[in-house]
Amino acid sequence: MEGDEIMAKATIEEKQYLVRFRADKESHLKILDQTICLEKCPDKPCTYFCPGEVYKFEGDRIQVGYEGCHECGSCRIGCPHDNIEWKYPKGGYGVVFRLA
Amino acid sequence: MPEKFDVIVVGAGPAGTSCAYLCAKNGLKVLQIERGEYPGAKNVMGGVLYKQQLEEIIPEFWKEAPIERPVVEQRMWLLDEESAITLGYKGQAWANEENYNNFTILRAKFDQWFAKKAQEQGVTLINETVVDACLVKNGKVVGVRTDRPDGDVYADVVVLADGVNSLLAKQLGFHEEIEPAQVALTVMEVLNLSAETINERFNLEDGQGCTIEMFGDATKGHLGTAFLYTNKESLNIGVGTTLSSLVNSKMKPYDLLEYVKHHPMVKPLIKGAEEAEYLAHLIPEGGYHAIPKLVGDGVIVAGDAAQLVNGIHREGSNMAMKSGSFAAEAILLAKQTGKYTEEVLDIYREKVYESFIGKDLEKYKDATETLENHPQYLKEYIPMLNRAARIFFTVDGISKQEKQKGIFNMFMERGKIRTVQDMYRAWKVMK
Repeated sequence: MEGDEIMAKATIEEKQYLVRFRADKESHLKILDQTICLEKCPDKPCTYFCPGEVYKFEGDRIQVGYEGCHECGSCRIGCPHDNIEWKYPKGGYGVVFRLA
Repeated sequence: MPEKFDVIVVGAGPAGTSCAYLCAKNGLKVLQIERGEYPGAKNVMGGVLYKQQLEEIIPEFWKEAPIERPVVEQRMWLLDEESAITLGYKGQAWANEENYNNFTILRAKFDQWFAKKAQEQGVTLINETVVDACLVKNGKVVGVRTDRPDGDVYADVVVLADGVNSLLAKQLGFHEEIEPAQVALTVMEVLNLSAETINERFNLEDGQGCTIEMFGDATKGHLGTAFLYTNKESLNIGVGTTLSSLVNSKMKPYDLLEYVKHHPMVKPLIKGAEEAEYLAHLIPEGGYHAIPKLVGDGVIVAGDAAQLVNGIHREGSNMAMKSGSFAAEAILLAKQTGKYTEEVLDIYREKVYESFIGKDLEKYKDATETLENHPQYLKEYIPMLNRAARIFFTVDGISKQEKQKGIFNMFMERGKIRTVQDMYRAWKVMK
């Protein structure tokens, strides 16, 4: 049995379970204008490059699961329309890395 | 009247803590502000800490610091889908205390230890506090605004060691927004595995470590690298590619990490290891051209915030520590003159550019861009080298001469001129 658990391809949900997040009540990430995502951004790159799968396109809008954000800054830099308002979570909130 | 410090350091990573430590050691009143629950809570790196730059700050630090393993072997793999050309160096010299070259570390542990050493020198550390802006008066930075109630704090000089996103230097107009091609998005996992199993699989003595860097198929030919490092009782495995490659290729970084973990070269090494943590972080890859304005009146930018990373040689924490040390030297000099103007602090910029930091970043100033614009190096030549090795080492009755000819023709298939151009270009950006 040794090794089976790691060799089954781990999903992003399983990876995110390994991380400690101290989520604030308010989001530190904000889509400035949902119509830009809907009408001008066919690829919606934030939905695939975000390492925490924070952004999901559901129905006609991007849902922002800020609670699982690693605060890397990729969406701030990678959004082709500069349509994400990005701040650090309030002091002490957000991701808490325990090891590396 | 709010409290005033000699120095405020924003960030408790390697750059910030090096600077804070040295300033406090020399008698300055230092406030260090960290946004995480503790230093290291927001900090990520593959895990290689070089000895020299920290040794200059705390001699023989490795005797007490929470290091994982001193590295005695560095391997480099040029990966194809099912094979690899392997290179590397292993030396017992690096196993000897006086000649340690680098160590694997886990940042959450290490950064807390380092910040504690700075506190012992007299640094006041406040955690769980975000610096929202620099306070500027008549063009001079005079303090910072934090997200605490009544959160303004004043100092003669502010050191911005706030990491790769470098929001505060950007607010001051020291650099433009970072481009997607100037950062590598890296995802990583810590995998628990017993020390004995690690020793056996990586051919290591107790307490010795190994690092593996992977190019080519590890990033499916996109610009970037993957890595596998040995800790005491765990492995760090990660993969990073430029954010622009991820945007263009529509790859998900965690899928790429799973791909690397399942590569036939990697899979047996990590078999049975238990995932303990998953982390993501940006690495500055813009190099020399991306270095922002480093100094202003009452302000210095250091470490990742100044984009001081040599991506080709995976050096970053050493440059962070060295730049933090240079910042401290400049501040101590300014203290003597009583002036913290850009002109006086400019000695910091000079030191950065004249040291190995500036020289190495200048040496590779066009490497990242060239590799990004000419994907054939990672996408075509690495698989070709793998094919060539397989052909050459397979015994099948064909003469070596004939094999050599076949391999030569394979490399020239792109057209003789193009191949020669590719070789020349590669030599030019690496020389």
